[in-house]
Amino acid sequence: MKVVIMGCGRVGAQLAGLLDADGHEVTILDIDAYSFRRLPPNFGGTALLGNGIDEAVLKKAGIEKADVFVALTQGDNRNVMAAQIAKHIFHVPRVICRIYDPLRQELYDTLGIEAFSPTTIFAHLVKEKIEKS
Amino acid sequence: MYIIIVGGGRVGYYLARALLEEGHEVLIIEKNASFCDIINEEMGSVCVRGDGCEAATLAEVGTGRADMLVAVTGDDEDNLVACQVAKYKFNVPRTIARIRNPQNEAIFKKLGVDVPVSATNIILEAIEKEVPTHPLTHLLTLTERGLELVEVRIPPNSTSIGKSLRELSLPAGSRLALIIPKNRKPRIPTPSTVLREGDQVIALTTPESEEALRAALIGT
Repeated sequence: MKVVIMGCGRVGAQLAGLLDADGHEVTILDIDAYSFRRLPPNFGGTALLGNGIDEAVLKKAGIEKADVFVALTQGDNRNVMAAQIAKHIFHVPRVICRIYDPLRQELYDTLGIEAFSPTTIFAHLVKEKIEKS
Repeated sequence: MYIIIVGGGRVGYYLARALLEEGHEVLIIEKNASFCDIINEEMGSVCVRGDGCEAATLAEVGTGRADMLVAVTGDDEDNLVACQVAKYKFNVPRTIARIRNPQNEAIFKKLGVDVPVSATNIILEAIEKEVPTHPLTHLLTLTERGLELVEVRIPPNSTSIGKSLRELSLPAGSRLALIIPKNRKPRIPTPSTVLREGDQVIALTTPESEEALRAALIGT
């Protein structure tokens, strides 16, 4: 599969490494070249400097042929905007988007974007841990 | 009308002033506490501190009964999300977003923003009008119809001077709507209308035919 990831933070870099190791074709975007230091040394995919809310940058990243687009920057709104461009302009079959704000996550989930909120997931996870012990 | 403004920076500030003067009910949502204080001191309690992209904040300020939401922060993505949350969660009838990157105009329309306002384009159009040597001016752009209304001034060295419209090879995607000669009455062009130096030509064109229209009227 061809996967485009926006945001090379801890999660983005780790995901890129995992997918690359599994043999997927990975392109990862970030607005800061320094972020690419997080990629594993043997990363075989493409690291591209640029902003994922810019159509031209997305095209350069090969969005037109991508099977999956994942938005993982620190900014909820940036993720939401890039995800919608990927979905509605470039018609990427699967679009996954991180949204910290649970309310916004619910809204965009109903608007056709696979959105997940690490806030909610983590809160439940910790709660479960506490209640189990 | 009840109008919510997201972003209390310079644009939001002056917009609020103008709308209050017109007698509208206005509320500004601004993240920065000191901006909020200044606004509330000067205009009365019209500013709430918070994130205008958050549904919780929008619920708090009664977005459900708003007639319009205008997002004028400095970030295109924030303006998009504020408008979308207002529209899809609170059914606000009209949403307006300020955009900085002119390319985002079409994207925002497609994603449900009723009116994207590109300050960059507006400034460019205004400057075009003020530059007398600029032969083609954009008067109005109907983005979703793929049409624009332009004004072309026939310069002294133009190859079209003295020719009738049927002699000019005007592109298929454009129509001349009106010709305003210097010091004479405007007239509706016919194929036999002859162009003169200084004529102001008002034309409808598709963006693709704009260059061909310019070339036909002015020459290369």
